Amino acid sequence: MTIQFNEESFRDDYSFYNSERAIKRFPFPFHEDSYMYSVNMEQHRGGPKDSVYEKRFDVDEHYISEMRDRAIVLAEDPLRCQSLPHMTLAGWDLLELIMVSKSEDYPDLFELHRDGNTWRWINKPLGIDDTFTFLDDATLPYGPMEYITRQAQGDFAVLDQRDDNLWMDAGMVTTQADWSLDFDIGMNFFEWHAPVPLAHEKGIFVRALKFLLNIQQGAPARRLNWTMTVNPLLDTSPENYHKWGIQKTTLTPENIGAKQHLRVELQTFFRLPRSNALVFPIRCYLCSFQDLMTVPKWGRRLHRVVRDLPVELATYKGFINNRPMMLDYLKNFDDGLPTSPGIWPDLETEPPLQK
Amino acid sequence: MTKFTFPQSIKSRPIYGTLEARDGSAHLLVADAHGAEAILDVATPEMMAKAHIIYIPKGEHFEDKLRALKPALFYSGPSYSAAEPRLRKALADARMGLQVYLTGTEGLMGQAMNAAMAAGIPHTAIQTEHRGSVARRMQCVHCKGITEDVETDPFVCSHCGLNLFVRDHYSRRLAAYQGVRVDAEDPGNVPEPKGIYE
Amino acid sequence: MSGAEKIAVTVTDIVPVNELVTRFEFKRTDGGLLPTFSGGAHTVVEMRDGDITRLNPYSLMSDPMDQTAYTISVRRDDHGRGGSLFMHTKVAIGDEMVISYPVNLFSLDLRAKKHLFLAGGIGITPFLAQIKQLERFNGHWELHYACRTQSLGSYVDELTSQHPNETHIYYDDQKQVIDLVRLLDGQPLGTHVYVCGPKGMIEWVRQTAAAEGWPREAIHYEEFLAPQPGKPFEVKLAVSNKVISVGEHESLLEAIERAGVDAPYLCRGGACGQCETNVIDYSGTFIHRDHWLDGAEHASGQKIMPCVSRFEGKTLVLDR
Repeated sequence: MTIQFNEESFRDDYSFYNSERAIKRFPFPFHEDSYMYSVNMEQHRGGPKDSVYEKRFDVDEHYISEMRDRAIVLAEDPLRCQSLPHMTLAGWDLLELIMVSKSEDYPDLFELHRDGNTWRWINKPLGIDDTFTFLDDATLPYGPMEYITRQAQGDFAVLDQRDDNLWMDAGMVTTQADWSLDFDIGMNFFEWHAPVPLAHEKGIFVRALKFLLNIQQGAPARRLNWTMTVNPLLDTSPENYHKWGIQKTTLTPENIGAKQHLRVELQTFFRLPRSNALVFPIRCYLCSFQDLMTVPKWGRRLHRVVRDLPVELATYKGFINNRPMMLDYLKNFDDGLPTSPGIWPDLETEPPLQK
Repeated sequence: MTKFTFPQSIKSRPIYGTLEARDGSAHLLVADAHGAEAILDVATPEMMAKAHIIYIPKGEHFEDKLRALKPALFYSGPSYSAAEPRLRKALADARMGLQVYLTGTEGLMGQAMNAAMAAGIPHTAIQTEHRGSVARRMQCVHCKGITEDVETDPFVCSHCGLNLFVRDHYSRRLAAYQGVRVDAEDPGNVPEPKGIYE
Repeated sequence: MSGAEKIAVTVTDIVPVNELVTRFEFKRTDGGLLPTFSGGAHTVVEMRDGDITRLNPYSLMSDPMDQTAYTISVRRDDHGRGGSLFMHTKVAIGDEMVISYPVNLFSLDLRAKKHLFLAGGIGITPFLAQIKQLERFNGHWELHYACRTQSLGSYVDELTSQHPNETHIYYDDQKQVIDLVRLLDGQPLGTHVYVCGPKGMIEWVRQTAAAEGWPREAIHYEEFLAPQPGKPFEVKLAVSNKVISVGEHESLLEAIERAGVDAPYLCRGGACGQCETNVIDYSGTFIHRDHWLDGAEHASGQKIMPCVSRFEGKTLVLDR
């Protein structure tokens, strides 16, 4: 399949944009007109053709630009990619998983040739052609996890499974929604989720952990998470919060359509075979409010979700101060008509905006 | 009594207990300042016969009482940093079956716990009891520098000078709580510092 | 989801190891590569014995890096529910069978500075795979293996010839006993203990280690709890609207499956939590035999683990 790759930036001049195709396949996360946390897991075994769910690791028009942005983040702060010593085997597992998946799912873009432990990996979009020895760190320019995640969109948390818990013992985290790998590395599932309001009391994490502990080889799972970001900025890290936090105050009624972005995480979960670890890829998709409004159903629904979201969640997700301005904009796209259940745009069946 | 009741908080915030004597092949007790009182409370002659006490007085006067317990080995030093080589040696020589007891300030317990974990002891097997100051070790998430003995919220990072608010989110690996710039979205608007537990 | 993904395999070798133990080798029927796995993993083997389908977990003893074949060893149990007998008497080379993807509930702690293996009888099997894995990555390990007699010492020759310095064998009939207290005393910090064998041996190791001051997290064990027989009892499955009868020699899970109801499971041994079932109503006593639910849950009468637990009384209504 041929993908037209964008030439765009996620910082400074923010030239990021979504093509029409990208907007239509955007993983809108709300299946009803309100939102509360749930353990909304399903199997990750494909999806509708050309949807973000179809392939094991979705590659889209933003691929090259995202990888360039990742390289910038890592050059400024190498602590965004760390692996505790016992996690190297899991890193090799992840390298194999991504190489095999991408070469099978996108044969025009990626090739993997294996002769025993001598592997040759060709990444055409990034112009990479490397031959190395599987399981021998010395034959790669970086550790295996860093090597392959510099070529894969989204963040990756690699979790060691011990003592009926999951431990964040390795990761590549440059597109995160405001948490620090350097601070959280070594924490267990409940500890790294400690700052999330309301969810612990609802038992969400206890149930989620039980599910994740039992994910097996060959049977990955997925779910969606979301937040809000002003400007298409991928690096919304706590480390740089003192630089990007101020951008939230630059919203105006005139620019909010273009600057305010819904930020959705497609989270997947794969069991890794040799290490028995669990990898947690967190793939980030951005879409501006004005682009979302081109889908009438999403326009109606987003207004209702943002309006009725509990204060604790809007605060935790960082947009409580801008909520009034968001609602002023979004209400223009909510004509009060009912919306179909489910996340899909349903452009053929949902009526255009009646105003 | 120098025990403080910490308010209920988030899941990453450590919860300290009360030391109790456990069966083991040897006992390693590390304390600062008022932590000595917890050692005095838990010590038994059997334990002391196989015990190594590492103590940092920080101006308190419990040394004589601790020596009177007749531990097999006793060390008193001016700071955790000075005591660290001795602690690491004790751990390097230790065998499975060693019981570890940490007591005093959060900063002392957190750092000593890291040393024990690096030597191969699971953190859940290490006993802790808080005594004395409730000051925190804080890591500035922006410059990564650690500011010691923080008692107010917000506070000034002793490395980069930013005004940081105090989070309860705690990293065992760093033995520190997280500090984040308090006026990122409204530069210059820094609230009056209050005590962390006020 | 019922169990892990399945693989169609063909039996390619059957080797009697001694009078009780036989080794089986499987290759993929379509000639493809098998998934790689981590040492300590097991596979669940489906056995179709006329009307009865049994599912038994067996540790994978082959090299985790060897994707051409899987090997298991089965100890014949003449008084069991029939699974091992089926393997020993009804399976032949060339037979096509179905096994599950590897599942690991007994994995190595890769942070350990030293791995201390304690094996009893057929419990040696997971260690054979773990040893191969650790050898590949220069891990530090030691094995103490208790066998009933020399003739029943499965794989003793292979272990003592390939790893003479790390392997220690103890024969029950020669009154050789692992001196556990002495063995545990003096192990460096960061040593992890792994025990696989009969229930009594596991209890002995766990209790001795605790008494010697070892942390709970440093002791790992695997015991495949075979479901114990018990008095037959009746169960109503509320969701599927069926009433089933659990026979003396089958587990509640097996009875549910026999009725054509698809219930989730994974280890089938009371350890992993996957088959946890809500109780809608009951009048009687639960016989909980699992390691998954805690004391409060056992007492609450609201949950049961059908793979190993049973019930006695007038009524049991389950959310299945």
